Amino acid sequence: MFLLLLIHLLIGSAILLSGDRLGRRAFIVAGLAPMATIVWAATQWATVVGDPSALDEAGHASAGTAQYESVGWISDLDLDLYLRFDAFALVMTLLVSGIGLLVCVYAVGYFSHIEPGQSRLAGLMTLFAAAMLGIVWADHLIALFIAWELTSITSYLLIGNDDRNPRARAAALQAIFITGAGGLALLLGLIIIGQSAGTYRLSELIDSPPSGGAVAAALVCVLLGAFTKSAQAPFSSWLPGAMVAPTPISAYLHSATMVKAGVYLVARLSPIVATTGQWRLLVLLVGSATMLIGGLRAMRQRDLKLLLAYGTVSQLGFMMLLVGTGEYKIAQAGIVLLLAHGAFKATLFMLVGIIDHQVGTRNIRELHGLRDGWMPVKVMAVVGAASMAGLPPLLGFVAKEKAIDTYLEYGDFTGATATLLVIIAGSVLTFAYSARFVLGVFGVHGDADNEVRSLSAPAPAAIFVAPAIVLTVVTVVVGLFPALISDLTKAALLSLDPDSSPSTVKLWAGFNTAFAISLGIIATGTLLAVFRRPVARFQTAAAQPLRALPSTDDMYGDTIRAIDWIARRVTRTVQSGSLPTYLLVILTTVIVVPVIPMVAEFGDLPQWVENPIHLPIVAIIIGSSIGAALIRRRIAAVVMLGAVGFAMAALYETQGAPDLALTQFAIETLGTVLFVLVLRFLPTRFVDLAPAVVRPLRLAVSLLVGAAIFVFAIASTNARDDVAEESISVEMVERSKPDGEGKNVVNVILVDFRGVDTMGEITVLLVAAVGAVALARGSRQYDNERNDREQTEEPVA
Amino acid sequence: MRRSLILDVSVRLLYPSIIVLSLYFLFSGHNQPGGGFVGGLAASAAISLRYVTGGLEAVRRSFRSEPWTILGTGLAISVGTAIFPMLLGGAILEHGTLKLHPPVLGEIKVTSALPFDVGVYLVVIGLVLMIFEAFGDDRDHEMEMIEAPTQPATSVREEYRPLSQREPASDQHAAASFWLGQDEPS
Repeated sequence: MFLLLLIHLLIGSAILLSGDRLGRRAFIVAGLAPMATIVWAATQWATVVGDPSALDEAGHASAGTAQYESVGWISDLDLDLYLRFDAFALVMTLLVSGIGLLVCVYAVGYFSHIEPGQSRLAGLMTLFAAAMLGIVWADHLIALFIAWELTSITSYLLIGNDDRNPRARAAALQAIFITGAGGLALLLGLIIIGQSAGTYRLSELIDSPPSGGAVAAALVCVLLGAFTKSAQAPFSSWLPGAMVAPTPISAYLHSATMVKAGVYLVARLSPIVATTGQWRLLVLLVGSATMLIGGLRAMRQRDLKLLLAYGTVSQLGFMMLLVGTGEYKIAQAGIVLLLAHGAFKATLFMLVGIIDHQVGTRNIRELHGLRDGWMPVKVMAVVGAASMAGLPPLLGFVAKEKAIDTYLEYGDFTGATATLLVIIAGSVLTFAYSARFVLGVFGVHGDADNEVRSLSAPAPAAIFVAPAIVLTVVTVVVGLFPALISDLTKAALLSLDPDSSPSTVKLWAGFNTAFAISLGIIATGTLLAVFRRPVARFQTAAAQPLRALPSTDDMYGDTIRAIDWIARRVTRTVQSGSLPTYLLVILTTVIVVPVIPMVAEFGDLPQWVENPIHLPIVAIIIGSSIGAALIRRRIAAVVMLGAVGFAMAALYETQGAPDLALTQFAIETLGTVLFVLVLRFLPTRFVDLAPAVVRPLRLAVSLLVGAAIFVFAIASTNARDDVAEESISVEMVERSKPDGEGKNVVNVILVDFRGVDTMGEITVLLVAAVGAVALARGSRQYDNERNDREQTEEPVA
Repeated sequence: MRRSLILDVSVRLLYPSIIVLSLYFLFSGHNQPGGGFVGGLAASAAISLRYVTGGLEAVRRSFRSEPWTILGTGLAISVGTAIFPMLLGGAILEHGTLKLHPPVLGEIKVTSALPFDVGVYLVVIGLVLMIFEAFGDDRDHEMEMIEAPTQPATSVREEYRPLSQREPASDQHAAASFWLGQDEPS
């Protein structure tokens, strides 16, 4: 498994590094990674799935053996990368890599015009696939979180790939803000769960479920993460926005894989925590709202792609309702729906991409029907939409039948009946927007006022259509023979919840209540489709009072603006831009924080004068300092400060520290020169503009700083008396020659004993240098531009 | 900028001497007063003398590489010296000694502290060059930008190429090259 992840990363990085050299061939290269994954998954199939139909003596079914791998990562933190490949992971892997491979083929047809940045899409897509497989395979909560965030980042880059399009940039930002915020909540939740359960391993959580008061809050956090990722209400606004991405990306990330990450996580955790806290209630409420809102909005879309996007939102809500209840029978329907939705939604997205590509529009008002060569596309649109609407004998029907059936039979928890009603209503809506999609493709919605382009559009090439054909065949064949996936879903369910006893997936379960309900859904849906004009008018009228309320998009915008506003206010308060204020704050901190505790240490004063030569030197220091403070010409003040520094160097020399003296001497020289450099930009004299109140304050702070340094010096010299052992300097002098190979102990300390410090310091020097140049050059560039403008522009009379 | 002939000539004499002194500081630092930091500061003092006589152009001409290259090379050398023992399985900054016996000079002991110090030396010089770059007086350069705003430098390299290699040459520059012409690396 690690090898496969590594292959993904290598191929992805290689494509990214190759720039635009590969063109659309990059997608062929990118296809190698999912192909390898599928081949590997196929070899593991028998082991992982096992024989879930066979029962042991106690009447329990069991799935095959899961594969485990682990690699040491940060062993000090007890953080290793654990991977697990069980049957549910196999289901998700089929989705991720199967659709990934088809999308790669499809993209070769889609990107027929060479544009810069296309191969970047292929590279990012491969990296995304690695991250997605990481989510699915991770057996450690932290590893899962990291992979989770990586999908958010790659999704951001993929949506915003066309970086010159402001809409793409905005949509990408919106996606990463919403999923990123959810990701933070998720991290918090996962950590609480891991701590309270005593294990971060997903495979061990089922045996040691988390307990304690904080778990309920943790579950809310985890759900927040899952809801944002899977575009549940009210966080769904980013998904329709993400449709600015090229269609292969939308088909892959935003219908088949990434948005299912939330569903995946909820499915994994539900058997463990469904009855803890408010988990089930939250899932049912949010899932229901999402399913209905998504369906209603899908019925109002003119853009085929947006219609599918809102349809995806609705279906994601449906999946949440199935996998999040904790009832394993219902969860099995969810697994079937995961597969069915992956197949039909990816097909439909691909078809929309084909139409968009060949005709140049995907607005149903501008589509007026398509000619002969388009037959395969039309047939597949009907099949895909029928599967979405839940018509027999397709995979979508199998999933929906099982969902309704299991809800009828096993929905004995609070709110099950209401949820069933929501599912039925949602399915009616799904039927209605599926019909709208088909009618749109056939040009029934076409408006005579719009330019007729679709009738003359060239038919798509074979390679362009082939991936959609593969998926359509899957939808039909698996729909006709559900036994093909029966064992897979059973084993997947068993790997989610070992105590479950899964049932067989059937196309035809007899004339039961579920079938009657399905017939009712189809009938009502057909009515909605036939009377679409009155329905649309009614929907508009009914939504009128709702328009006064802020939409989720508005709420997103308001939140971002509010954060901006707060950030601006905080910055304006903290960063006033006044150098004296900054200095005042810094110096006050210096006095208050380290020095005040030292006053207690303040003890014996050392001997005042050790050496008569000190007297003239100290006289120079004191005189120059006072002079520097009083003098009004800047350059003179700088010279005074320089005099203080040189006198200090002399003081070092008399105390027998030639190295220090030398350094101080050199620094003073250079410091004065550099001071003069900067002084040219300042007025020659100090002009005090501060109000009169501030001056005594400054004076007080300055005096206090002086006193504080005095206290500091005395206290730190006396500090050694309190400690029994000898000063470290003795040891350093002793070890300088044998250990550091040098007679100059100062230098040995700098380059050897404390070499890491020096390394840090020169790094700081480097950063400071880069910063100085950037600031100075940047501001001067600006001045130059202004000068240019002033000189070239004629003054306006 | 008004020039003083005496200052120019004496700086010509002083500059190489101070650089040699700084190298002496660098190499003797391990056993006598000195070291990479002091050496770098001394070299920087020499550079600032050049700045006083020839302005930013003279400073730029003193080195063939750009200031940021010197800065980065220095840090790379130091960090490389620090990390190299780790690659061999030792601790960070673990030191090693090499004894050379070249003819005439007798025995020379080179410790791994020396390349580390060389890195520090280069970083200090690079920092000072960068500050000159940031705040230094490049009146010629600004003049040129004002005169020909329609032709901005197409690359960073071009922007820092000596003036004589750029076109069009200005009259002002001709006067400067009278004093400084021989220093040009071309």
